[in-house]
Amino acid sequence: MSRAFTLEAQGIRACLGRKEILHSVNFTAAAGRVTAIVGPNGSGKTTLLRAITGEIAHEGSVTLNGLDVNHLQPWQLAAIRAVQPQSSTIAFPFTVLEITRLGLSAGLSAADSSIPIRALEAVGLGGFAGRMYQDLSGGEQQRVQLARVLTQVWEPVVSGKPCWLLLDEPVASLDIGHQFTVMDLARNYAAHGGGVIAVMHDLNLTAMFADDVVLMDGGNVVTQGTPTEVLTDSTLAQTYGCPVPVNTTPPGHIPFLLPQARVQMASRSI
Amino acid sequence: MSTVTAELSEASKQSNVAPLPDRRIRAKQLTLILAFSLLLVSIFSLTSGASGISLWRTLSDLIQGRELATLDRVVLFDIRLPRLAMGILVGAALAVSGAVMQGLFRNPLADPGIVGVSAGAGLAAITAIVLGSLLPATLQTYLGSALVPVSAFLGGWASTLLLYRVSTRAGQTSVATMLLAGIALGALSGAASGILVYIADDSQLRDLTFWGMGSLAGATWGKVLTALPIIALALVAAPMLARGLNALALGEAAAGHVGIPVQRVKNTAILAVAGATGAAVAISGGIGFIGIVVPHLLRLATGPDHNTLLPNAALLGAILLLAADMIARVVIAPAELPIGIVTAILGAPVFLWILLKRRVDLVL
Repeated sequence: MSRAFTLEAQGIRACLGRKEILHSVNFTAAAGRVTAIVGPNGSGKTTLLRAITGEIAHEGSVTLNGLDVNHLQPWQLAAIRAVQPQSSTIAFPFTVLEITRLGLSAGLSAADSSIPIRALEAVGLGGFAGRMYQDLSGGEQQRVQLARVLTQVWEPVVSGKPCWLLLDEPVASLDIGHQFTVMDLARNYAAHGGGVIAVMHDLNLTAMFADDVVLMDGGNVVTQGTPTEVLTDSTLAQTYGCPVPVNTTPPGHIPFLLPQARVQMASRSI
Repeated sequence: MSTVTAELSEASKQSNVAPLPDRRIRAKQLTLILAFSLLLVSIFSLTSGASGISLWRTLSDLIQGRELATLDRVVLFDIRLPRLAMGILVGAALAVSGAVMQGLFRNPLADPGIVGVSAGAGLAAITAIVLGSLLPATLQTYLGSALVPVSAFLGGWASTLLLYRVSTRAGQTSVATMLLAGIALGALSGAASGILVYIADDSQLRDLTFWGMGSLAGATWGKVLTALPIIALALVAAPMLARGLNALALGEAAAGHVGIPVQRVKNTAILAVAGATGAAVAISGGIGFIGIVVPHLLRLATGPDHNTLLPNAALLGAILLLAADMIARVVIAPAELPIGIVTAILGAPVFLWILLKRRVDLVL
């Protein structure tokens, strides 16, 4: 994959009301990798994602595959980039399939009408096509939204250029089995050349599935790198304001957090 | 059959799993049924009324080139046909305006009547009735009987533009602000109308009451032709909004992410609603609830997809308004009830029923 295929945000400043939430954030994500944005509550993770997707007014520039997103029409952008919202209520009685099909309206995959059904199967909602969206649980609705987003950019690479999945806490209300389903999908998408950027809450899942981690705090990027580089005792203790000891699993390369160990650690530090 | 499979099939019957892809096909079948029903209702509407006319005799007279009786000709061509045309136009305009506005606001209870567009049009019409005589004489003669319709139409436009101004900041229209501003605008229009009613004389009061309740009784070809281009334009624009309105159900940001030019869809929708509602109120007065009831019934029957909802709403709106008009003409014949009373009696309970039955809280 050539270096040009990145999502690059330069000097992103954004305000909510009068308060500046993001202070000139620089951020790069490469296609073919899963990039996780992590950080404590209020650190600006979701605001950063919303600035990148153009949902909120911001200063600075965002380029996607080398193109300035401001110069792209909504449908051009939609063909190469899909965004999963954090949660979504829908006022009208649409079926699961009808919601998923909304992803077809923009993407280049519009020709293939079997994609929505395949996307629903991929997120573990095979038999749900005819169900009412409003009747589903929060976690199921979240996976329908993911199926819609996948439908939109079904092929990770279209005519040599990567497509992008931008996910806002994709596993937030999912059970552990479906957390793996969703993270495997994200990994798989990246493995086939697509770009994935996910705002993540769960640091262990981040350590397991992300190639790159962007750690945010107070509206700034604290550090960016591989999970092993970013998820260390000292950076986490500093940003999250509590001791979270990091260990590694037996093969020795995936860091994991064992919050239960914090009592021991705290007493040691006294 | 074993007990397990019996249980399973029982469970699947209960689990509300609709076979696929039923709703799009059903909606298209419904379009045909509605179109045919509209034809039947139109024929029935032409042949019923205070003066008994046999449609078949008239048709055979026309075909064989025989002269029609003068009375029959007047009743048919100058009274019933314009009334029929006006009923179809107004019914379609109100139902489609309702459906578009609900899609725009992502709220099944939004309606031009609720956000103050109808109230603004009404205020302008009342002003024209009461204070029209203060206008320069040349303007009065120039506008003639079109004064009230033209004012109502301008009032609808003005209130929509005002609403839009109030609720749009930096290119983003806030639906919540628009609903609340609509309430304020409605109250203001109501108060201003009250003052005008207070200073109106007796004959003006009669006009006001009649107009305020809405009626198709004053139908003329002139009124039909005033409203036709605007309503036709709005009805033609509406289906082009269907994809955008479907995507808007996801929320504005998400609609943008699936490739919809959201602000353009919103602008077009607002123009279409203002045009269709303003024109309808201008020629028929305040006829309520068509815009709420019709889209709701259709969503129950064939789902909320705007690609089929909008054309079906136009047809069902026309059918319901013609039916209500026939009821209005029959109940206390040879006099007639204002049609707004009929639609309110039928529509208000449906409105309450929607409130009670809704599955999710209304989102703004």
